[in-house]
Amino acid sequence: MQLLGKESTEIKMLKNRKLSQSFLGYLFVAPSFVLMMLIIILPTILIVVLSFTDWSFGDPEFAFIGFENYFTLLEDDVFRTSFNNTIYFMFLVLPISIILGLAMAILINNITKGAKIYRAVFFLPVMASTVAMGIVWEFMLHPTIGLSAHFFGLFGFNNIDLLQNSSTALITIAVLTVWQFAGFNMILFLSGLANIPKDLYDAAEIDGAKSFFSKFWLVTWPMLGPITLFVSIYTLVRAFQVFDYIHVLTKGGPNHSTELLSYTLYIEGFEYFRAGYASAIAVVFLLLTLSITLLKTYYFEKKVHYR
Amino acid sequence: MKKLNIKKLSTHLVLITSAFLFALPFIWMILTSFKPADEIFSKEFSLFPQDWAIIENYTAAFTKVDLVGFLYNGLVVVIVIFIIQMLFSIPAAYAIAKLKFKGSKIFFTMILFSLLIPQFVFAIPVYFELHMVDMLDTYTSLVFPWTISVFSIFLIRQFFMTIPDDLLHAARIDGMNEFTIAWKVMLPTAIPAIIACGIVSVVTHWNDYFWPLIAISNDALYTPPLGVTYFKNEVSGTDYGPLMAASTIIVIPLVIAFLAAQEKFMKGLSSQAGMK
Repeated sequence: MQLLGKESTEIKMLKNRKLSQSFLGYLFVAPSFVLMMLIIILPTILIVVLSFTDWSFGDPEFAFIGFENYFTLLEDDVFRTSFNNTIYFMFLVLPISIILGLAMAILINNITKGAKIYRAVFFLPVMASTVAMGIVWEFMLHPTIGLSAHFFGLFGFNNIDLLQNSSTALITIAVLTVWQFAGFNMILFLSGLANIPKDLYDAAEIDGAKSFFSKFWLVTWPMLGPITLFVSIYTLVRAFQVFDYIHVLTKGGPNHSTELLSYTLYIEGFEYFRAGYASAIAVVFLLLTLSITLLKTYYFEKKVHYR
Repeated sequence: MKKLNIKKLSTHLVLITSAFLFALPFIWMILTSFKPADEIFSKEFSLFPQDWAIIENYTAAFTKVDLVGFLYNGLVVVIVIFIIQMLFSIPAAYAIAKLKFKGSKIFFTMILFSLLIPQFVFAIPVYFELHMVDMLDTYTSLVFPWTISVFSIFLIRQFFMTIPDDLLHAARIDGMNEFTIAWKVMLPTAIPAIIACGIVSVVTHWNDYFWPLIAISNDALYTPPLGVTYFKNEVSGTDYGPLMAASTIIVIPLVIAFLAAQEKFMKGLSSQAGMK
């Protein structure tokens, strides 16, 4: 009798526990859920809806115009240039900032003295305001009084303006972006390297992997798989969002050579106030980010050796 | 032994060279902020200032625009954003990591999805939302879009996942309620993650340019990046000395803060490495 009673109170307690757990679960998640809805999820749905309208900011009404905005995009030379530039920019920034970040991480991982100092220096561009550093770069690349002018002058070249030349401007922006991103990738790779067990290298050595490169391909690279996936997705999402350098340094010029989707979206949406049209650009932008991310995840899932 | 030294030496050589190149814009910025105008515009190259104009340049930076006001706005915005983010993220991260309730998986999937959405995508609707409630051009408009940080929820969840369930069961059997568990058991373990989130959040929002650019037009509410472009476009023009001084002033606080928290930041991010 007593035993039974005890059991039932225990079950009751467990039930209560379960109830209170799910109650607390909802309570804890609710504020974040509401904000995520208001700030991210609903706006993302709204942008898709808006992309089918001719709405301008400030207009009291709007009409649904079907795929009109998307057809206009296809014929819009600026948009097409911007789209191609974004893809090109991606291919420049993504591999270089990852390889550079990995190389710096491996070098720093091999030394003990000064490791912290190198790490901090490579991380400086990550923290610094892109706007302030953009202004500094503009001054450094100034065609007559910049640091680059003094450097080019040594070889007899004068008045070279990398940012105002349509064949070099985007590459220059890509270099600044790599400079800014590499340190962050290095930090992530360093944390990945720290988690590789040392005995794996010993085992690889016994198996005949003596040189640095054979150890790298046999141990380091496969073990870094998950972190490399994270680094590349993160770099990709951020590279898509490069805007500050463009707005501060080139305004998309010269000749739209540095026009990236983020900047085109800004101009259409917040300079011309064509909200419907800008929304269509945002949708393209979103699809591009998501599809490349999914593609990369899928590709890596097949190749990465998970622990 | 000798071979080893050569290897180490060449590693250091490569690292020193690249570190110098990475730091060059900072070195150049600081040194230029010390130089008088005629030296900056001189055709002759000099790394270090021949004459010093520190006081002139920095006085100009602080007096020609309300730089102190911009720094104050930046400080208020990053602090408020971080506090709100943590207030909401920590309980949410705890809930999806350790509490069993229907829908937690869906919520987590939504978070992963949100991680991939660039700020440009929701800028137009959020701008519109704020316009509807007549909140553009206020502190609220600077803070509101960042009150949710899916990155923080994700990172803190990763940390909470490492705490064994048995420990929580033991705490529950000891009669601790969920609030006490969250506060006394979970929170202390997540400190490195919270610091990492703090650094990422503060750096991101101190430096953010796109959102303040569209949300703010009143110059009394300018954040540091808006302030420094305003200074460049409207006041100093090509007067690079004061301009570099202003840039130095908005860059340095973060550098110092990071150097102080460097170790903890590394620890906080390293949970990422175990991520599947």
